[in-house]
Amino acid sequence: MIEIVVGLLMVLGAGFALVAAIGVVRLPDVLMRMHASTKAATLASNLVLLGAAIYFRDSTVTAKAIAAMLFLLLTAPIAAHMIGRAYVRLRSPDRVRYDRATAENTEQPRA
Amino acid sequence: MTPEVFLAVCVRVALAGVLLAIAIGFLRLAKGPSLADRVVALDLMAVLIVAFSTVYSILVADPTFLDVVLVLALIGFLATAALARYAERRVLENGADETKLERMDD
Repeated sequence: MIEIVVGLLMVLGAGFALVAAIGVVRLPDVLMRMHASTKAATLASNLVLLGAAIYFRDSTVTAKAIAAMLFLLLTAPIAAHMIGRAYVRLRSPDRVRYDRATAENTEQPRA
Repeated sequence: MTPEVFLAVCVRVALAGVLLAIAIGFLRLAKGPSLADRVVALDLMAVLIVAFSTVYSILVADPTFLDVVLVLALIGFLATAALARYAERRVLENGADETKLERMDD
C-alpha cells in the first residue's frame, strides 16, 4: 500500500517538474517564466520529498525530508522575489516595448 | 503487478521525467536571451536536481542522498540570491544611463 502511494507521488512530482520546465521554455516573458519555475518546480520537489518521507520508515530520515520541504517552501518565494526585483529594475528591451504598446493601446480610446 | 514492481516502475518513470525536465530547463539556460532568464533557468535546475536526488535515494533505497538534498537546496538558494544581487548591482554601477538600464543582455 505504501509503495503504491509513494510511486504515485513520484510520478506526480515528475509530471509537475515537466510542466515547470515546459513553462520556462515556452512562456514569453521573464516574469511568466518565473511563475512557472517557482511554483511548479517547488511543488514537484515537495511531492517527491513527501514520497521519500513516507517511503523510509525511519523518524530521522522523515525529519530530514520534512526539513528539506520546509526549507524549499521558505526559500522559493525569497529567491523569486530577488530575481523579480532585479528584473523589474533592469527591464529587458522586449518588456519595455510591450509596456509601450499597452500604454498606446490604453491611450487610444481616450483620444 | 505487486506493489514493489509498481514502485520500481514509478521510480524509473519519475527519474526519466525529472531528467527530461532538467534537460528542457537547460535549453532556456543556453538560449537566454537575458541574464534574468538564465538566473530563472538555473534556479529551476537547482530545484529539479533536488527532486532528482530524492528520487535516486528511493531508487537505490539509501537515505544518505537526503543529506545531499538538504545541501543542494541551501546552495541553490544561495546561488540564486547571489546571482540576483549581482544582476542588480551591475545596473547600479552602470549609472543612470537609460539605454544601459533598459538592456539586460550579456
